[in-house]
Amino acid sequence: MKKYAVTLLNALAVFAGLLLLWQGLDMLLHLPPYMLPPPLAVGRAVVARFPSLVASLAITSEEAAGGLVASIVVGVLIALLFAQSRWIRRMLYPYTILLQTVPIVAVAPLILMWVGPGTLSVTLVAFIICLAPIIANTTQGLISVEPNLIHLFLMHNASRIQILTRLRLPHAVPSLFVGIRIAAGISVIGAITGELFAGSSRVGEGGLGYSILYASAQLQTDYLFALVLAATVLGFAFFFLVMFLEWYFLHNWHESARTMTDE
Amino acid sequence: MSTELRVPQVELSSVSKRYAGTTVLQQIDLTIAKGEFVSLIGPSGCGKSTLLKLISGLTNATSGSILVDGMTPVNARETISYIFQDATLLPWRTVTSNVGLGLELERVAREVRKQKVQSLLELVGLTHVAGAYPRQLSGGMKMRVSVARALATTPRLLLMDEPFGALDEMTRDRLNEELLRLRAEQNWTAVFVTHSVAEAVFLSTRIIVLAPTPGRIAQEININLSFPRTSVTRESPEFESYVTQVSRALRGVRSA
Repeated sequence: MKKYAVTLLNALAVFAGLLLLWQGLDMLLHLPPYMLPPPLAVGRAVVARFPSLVASLAITSEEAAGGLVASIVVGVLIALLFAQSRWIRRMLYPYTILLQTVPIVAVAPLILMWVGPGTLSVTLVAFIICLAPIIANTTQGLISVEPNLIHLFLMHNASRIQILTRLRLPHAVPSLFVGIRIAAGISVIGAITGELFAGSSRVGEGGLGYSILYASAQLQTDYLFALVLAATVLGFAFFFLVMFLEWYFLHNWHESARTMTDE
Repeated sequence: MSTELRVPQVELSSVSKRYAGTTVLQQIDLTIAKGEFVSLIGPSGCGKSTLLKLISGLTNATSGSILVDGMTPVNARETISYIFQDATLLPWRTVTSNVGLGLELERVAREVRKQKVQSLLELVGLTHVAGAYPRQLSGGMKMRVSVARALATTPRLLLMDEPFGALDEMTRDRLNEELLRLRAEQNWTAVFVTHSVAEAVFLSTRIIVLAPTPGRIAQEININLSFPRTSVTRESPEFESYVTQVSRALRGVRSA
């Protein structure tokens, strides 16, 4: 516990140092605020425009979370299909790689064109970017079950469904979480990328991506910094939420359990 | 063993197994009577694990016939339990839930299951860790859970593939003694694969020495040590002479 506190204090000290340096440089070099606003100005922008900042944050987090949850549901279903046979995997796996390699900035305008601007298309962009890591990791977890465990189930005349629900699926949960952890980080990126193209139906009411575009066009660099900060905080929040869920579901049997000895 | 126990539990007649162009087992004739404890011992490549897989029906013979309880191995599975080299526990289940796995897969009612698991945990001495997860257990304890799980479905035939091979000698000796105690109480037939001569002599009523490439039966040795066998048995001159005899037979097949 003490060790954690020291680490945290160190991190905070470094952060404070960086802020001081930034503020100092600004004051020394007299940079114009639209180039590099001092941290105090960014802080003021956060306070002054707090309601719209929170509104943007809410929109983006809804889209990112929607895309992430949808990708988990669809990704697990696809992984279940992939786990059925090597033949299906060979045939369809290349497409998931395609999903991963195609640049999302190129696909986003297409989706907007097809689905129309708005929350749905942005969620769809986040969904697409999240799908590949979920499919890849869950499939791996489903098929990498130890042969002897399968033999054990067969010796008890287990049905295919029993092997799936009582062996393969629980065995895949840690791998699924690896996928979710990756997807959680990029879901925010996906949502913001989508918003850059989707815009907003009303001025000042879009998500973070839209507001970033708007602030940069208006040279409101202090608010732009505030938005970047908010996007970072959102990414962190997603990451830690997934970490917590992972700990909650797995701490009993995976990674961190105490050892008991024979007496 | 006395003559009234001569009812066959496992019958292999001229069983051969070829795999990827090589003959793993050639012309195996082996009858195991009810109540016997038979150990299979031999150098690696002699097909002893394959023999176990054939009896369980996890793999099929290329030729010859195998009967367990008068049935094909797959049909006899309800009467067979298999203990693997590693404990093969499900890490997301507690000890209790792991022990009950076989009963659960065979759709035994919850109340019956609960009772059976409870009595087995007591029998194997695991009551104090009933709620623990496999990660929290030592190697010996995990193996005990594995044994309890195998016995929960009240098998008539227990197939064991080097179950104590990864344990230290003291733990192994103690588990050997417990295995014999359980056998005396429950009366199953056992086929046991091992690398350890001392373990084979201590546990078995009969030892089958296998020769490699192709795997075949080289020698059978009956072990007429009286039951119950304890740590005292290990110090007896008869035990020593059996160990010598089996070791000599093993050296014979190695140099051949």
